[in-house]
Amino acid sequence: MAAQTVKRSALRKSHRGSEESKVTRVVLTVVALLFAGLFLLLPLVNVFYQAFSGGVRWYFESIRDPDTLSAIKLTLTIAAISVPLNLVFGLAASWAIAKFEFRGKSLLLTLIDLPFAVSPVVAGLIFVVLFGRSGYFGEWLDSHDIKIIFAVPGMVLATTFVTFPFVARELIPVMQATGSEQEQAALTLGASGWKTFWHVTLPSVKWGLIYGVILCNARAMGEFGAVSVVSGHITGMTDTLPLRVEKLHNGGSMGAASSAFAVASLLALLALITLGIKTILEWKTARAHEQAQRATVDDTQLPFTSSDAPK
Amino acid sequence: MSIQLKQVSKQFGEVVAVNKVDFAIQEGELIALLGPSGGGKTTVLRMIAGLEMPTGGDIFIRGQRVNDLSVQQRNIGFVFQNYALFKNMTVFKNIAFGLKVKKWKKADIELRVGELTELLDLKGLEKRYPHQLSGGQRQRVAIARALAPKPSVLLLDEPFGAVDAKIRQELREWLVRLHDDLNVTTLFVTHDQEEAMEVANRIVIIAKGRLEQIGTPREVYEQPANEFVARFIGVMNILAIEVRNGVGRAGEMEFPLAGVPDGLARVGFRPYAVQVSPLLDQYRYRAVLRRTYFLGVMLRLELELPSGLIVRGRMTKEEYSALGLRDDQQVSIQIRQFRLLAHDQSPLTPEVATTYETPPTIGENI
Amino acid sequence: MSKQKFNPLPGFRLTVGFSVLYLSLLVLIPLGALALRASSLTWAEFWKYTTTPRAIAAYKLTFGASFVAASINALFGTLLAWVLVRYWFPCKRLVDALVDIPFALPTAVAGLTLSSLFAPNGWLGKFLVPLGIHGAYSKFGVVIALTFVSLPFVVRTLQPVIEGLELEIEEAAATLGASRFRTFTRIVFPTLFPTIVTGFAMAFARAIGEYGSVIFISTNKIGDGEIAPSVIFSYLENYQYGAAMAVAVVLLVASFLLLAVINLLERWASHYQT
Repeated sequence: MAAQTVKRSALRKSHRGSEESKVTRVVLTVVALLFAGLFLLLPLVNVFYQAFSGGVRWYFESIRDPDTLSAIKLTLTIAAISVPLNLVFGLAASWAIAKFEFRGKSLLLTLIDLPFAVSPVVAGLIFVVLFGRSGYFGEWLDSHDIKIIFAVPGMVLATTFVTFPFVARELIPVMQATGSEQEQAALTLGASGWKTFWHVTLPSVKWGLIYGVILCNARAMGEFGAVSVVSGHITGMTDTLPLRVEKLHNGGSMGAASSAFAVASLLALLALITLGIKTILEWKTARAHEQAQRATVDDTQLPFTSSDAPK
Repeated sequence: MSIQLKQVSKQFGEVVAVNKVDFAIQEGELIALLGPSGGGKTTVLRMIAGLEMPTGGDIFIRGQRVNDLSVQQRNIGFVFQNYALFKNMTVFKNIAFGLKVKKWKKADIELRVGELTELLDLKGLEKRYPHQLSGGQRQRVAIARALAPKPSVLLLDEPFGAVDAKIRQELREWLVRLHDDLNVTTLFVTHDQEEAMEVANRIVIIAKGRLEQIGTPREVYEQPANEFVARFIGVMNILAIEVRNGVGRAGEMEFPLAGVPDGLARVGFRPYAVQVSPLLDQYRYRAVLRRTYFLGVMLRLELELPSGLIVRGRMTKEEYSALGLRDDQQVSIQIRQFRLLAHDQSPLTPEVATTYETPPTIGENI
Repeated sequence: MSKQKFNPLPGFRLTVGFSVLYLSLLVLIPLGALALRASSLTWAEFWKYTTTPRAIAAYKLTFGASFVAASINALFGTLLAWVLVRYWFPCKRLVDALVDIPFALPTAVAGLTLSSLFAPNGWLGKFLVPLGIHGAYSKFGVVIALTFVSLPFVVRTLQPVIEGLELEIEEAAATLGASRFRTFTRIVFPTLFPTIVTGFAMAFARAIGEYGSVIFISTNKIGDGEIAPSVIFSYLENYQYGAAMAVAVVLLVASFLLLAVINLLERWASHYQT
C-alpha cells in the first residue's frame, strides 16, 4: 500500500519548479511534431501512396516482374550470408569484451565502430582495390576465373563490411550490464563452457541479440552505396532491391516511376517491421524492469496483535 | 507565526498523499518533519516551498497566504536531498546564483558569498566545481546557496540522508549551531527518529499523509499521542491484552484499566519503565533474564516471563553491576508505568487513555 | 592482447582470436590495402586529383550541406528530444518510434520518396515550387536528404541525457527565484550543450558519407550538385582508380578525424553527468 502510494505519487508529481508554462509547452510540442511529421511521417506515407498510385493491379505486376523477383532473391541471399557472419562475430566480440579484461580492449572497441565512419561508396571501393581487375588479387582471380567484383561475392563482402558493427554494438552493453556472476555460478555447478553459453548467457541477452540481428538485417537488405559500387548492375543478375529501385526510377516512364515505388514499398515495409519488433522489444524490457522494481514493497500497516516494537 | 498550514491536503490522482494537515511554526524554530518513507512529509515540505500545489487548504508564510505565489516568489531556501548543485557552475557561482537572479550589485554579491563561505567553512573552495567536492562540502554549498538570498524559512529535505554515518553526526551538531547563529526558521524532513530527537526543537510526526503529533522531543517520547507515535519514537514494549472488568491481561501480566470497556486492546510501556530485581519476591512477576545487549552506557535486557511473554528493559551499566545481574538469572520484575494504546471498541484519546500504576516520573527519557 | 588477469570463464582465446581475425580480414586488411594503394600515388598526383575544380566543388557541397543538415538537426533534434522526454501528447510512443525511421529505411527509398515529395507535382513541391523553393534536383534537396538520414543522431544521443537530468536542479533554481527561461538558459542548456555538440558531430559524420539518398534528389551535375561520394563513384565507373582513391582518402581522413573528435566530445559530455 505504502509503496504503491510512493510510486504513483512519483509518477504524477507536478513539477512546479521544473516545467514550462502551458503555452510554451504547446508551442514547442507543435513545432517538434510538425518537424517529425514533415521529415519522418510524410516521406514514409508517400512511399505507399506512390506505390499504389498506378492501382493495386499495377502494384502487384511490378512486384511480380521477373527482374524484381530475382532482385528479391538476391537481396535475401546476401542477407542470409552476411547477417549470420556478423552474428557470430558479434557474439564472439561481445563475450571477449564484456567478460574479460585485456590490453587493447578499447582499441578493439574503437575498431569495431570503424565501418560506421566509412562512406558506403568507399566501402565498395576498398573491395574493388583488392579484387578488381587492376586490384591486388585481380590477375590471380582472373586467371583462375573467379569473379568477385561485379558479382555476388563482392556484394556479400561489401554488405558484410557495412553491417559489421551492428550485432556487436547492441550486444556489448547488454552483456556488460548482466556481468559474469551467472556464468560463474553455472561453472561452479559443473556446466561446461558451451553449456553455460547456451543456457545462461544467450537467454539473458536474447532481446539485445534479436534487436542487433534485425537491425543488421534491415541494413543488409537496404544497403545501397557499397553494393552499387561492386554490383556491375546486371539486370536480373546482380541487382538487389535497392539497386532495382534506382534502375526503375531512372527508367523514366510514368509506369516505371510507380514500379520503383512499389519495389521501394517492400523495403519500407521491412523498415516498419524492423521498427515494430524494436518497439515490442523495448516495451518488453521496460516491463521486465518495472516488475523488478515493483517487487520491493515496504509495509507500515500495524496489525492488531503484536508484541514487538520497531527498532 | 512563521509558517502555518490549515487543513492542507494533496492528492495525486486518487492517492491522498497528504490529508488535512494542520500545524503552526513560530519564527526561529528548528522543526523536524518526521515519519516513515512515503508518508507524505516530503510532499508537505514541497508544498510549503511551492514545488507542489496543495489540492486543499491554505499555507501561510509570515501571515501571508502563499497558495497562489509561485515558487520563485516565496522567498524560501530549499536544500535538496542530493543537493542539486549546478554542475556547470563553480561553488562561488552556485552560491551567487540566487543573488544574481534578484539583481544584487556585484560588490554586494561578493560580500554576501564571502560571508557565507566563511560561515559554512567553504573558504578556498570558491573556484571548485561540484564534482571536485566531498559529500559534506557539497551539502554545505547547498545550504549556503539556499541561505544566500536571506530566505524567510529554510527547508531541508532529508539533509543527512546522502552522507555516511560518521559525517552525519557532525552535520547534525553543525546544523544546530548554524541555526543558533542565524536563527532562521528551519524545517527539515527526516525518517530517522534519533536524528529528529537530537536536532529539532519540535517534531512534527506525519504518517500516511496525516499529522500524528506535534511536540517537543520529550513530549512525543513521553506522551505519544497514539500507538503509531509510541511505536515510531524510541523502543516500546507492546502487548495485546484482553480487558475485563477494568483489568487488562496478557499472560500473567495485569494492567489496571478502570473505566475501560471490555474487549481487545493493546498496552505499551518503555523499557525504562520495567523495574528488575534479583530478589525474587521484590516485584510482582517472575522472569528469566534471557540476554543482555550492551549498547554503550545503556544496556538492554531481554526478559522472558513463564508464559513466554518477552519484555525489554533497560538500565545503566552501574545499575546492572550494582544488582549483580547475569544472563539466565531468575529475577522479579514490575511495570512502573504504561499506557493504553489502542482498543477495538473505542478509539481513545490519549488523555483518557493514559493511566499510570505509579505517578509518572520525568527525567528518564532515554 | 596477452596479459590477462585470472578469469574462470572459458573462451577468451577463442573469442578474441576470432574477433581479431574477422576484423582484420573484413575491415583492417581491405582498408590497409586502400591506404597502400593510395600511397603508390605521388604527392603531385594526389594533389592534382584531390584539388580538381570538380573535387573541390564536391567537397564544398558535401561538407556545406552536411553542416547545414547537422545544424538543422541540432536545433530541431534537441527540441524533439526535449518534447519526447518532458511532455505528454497523444501518440507519443508512435512519434518516438518514428525517430528511428531514417536508421531503418534504406537510403535509396528515402531519396526516392523525398525527391517525389519535393518535385513540382509532389505533396510539398506543389506549394513550395510556386514560391521558388526547389527541393528536388537542387542543392537544397541535398540538404533535405542529409537532414533526413542524420536526424536520429541528435535525438537519440540527447534523450537519455535529458531523462537523466535531475529535476531537483531545476527546482533549486526556481526556489532561488530564477524564471523558467533563466533556468533553461543558465542551467539546463549548459548541461546539455556537450551532448548536443556530440550529436551534431555524429550527424555530420553520417551525412558526409551518405550516398544513396542524395543521388535520387540531387542534380548530380559535375561541379554543381555532385557530392564527394558521387565523384568517387563516377571515377570508378570510368576506371580512374587513382583519382577515386585520392578523393576517397580525403573523405576517409575527414571521417576518422570526426570519429576522434566524437570520442573526445563524449568524454567531455560525460564530465558533466556526474
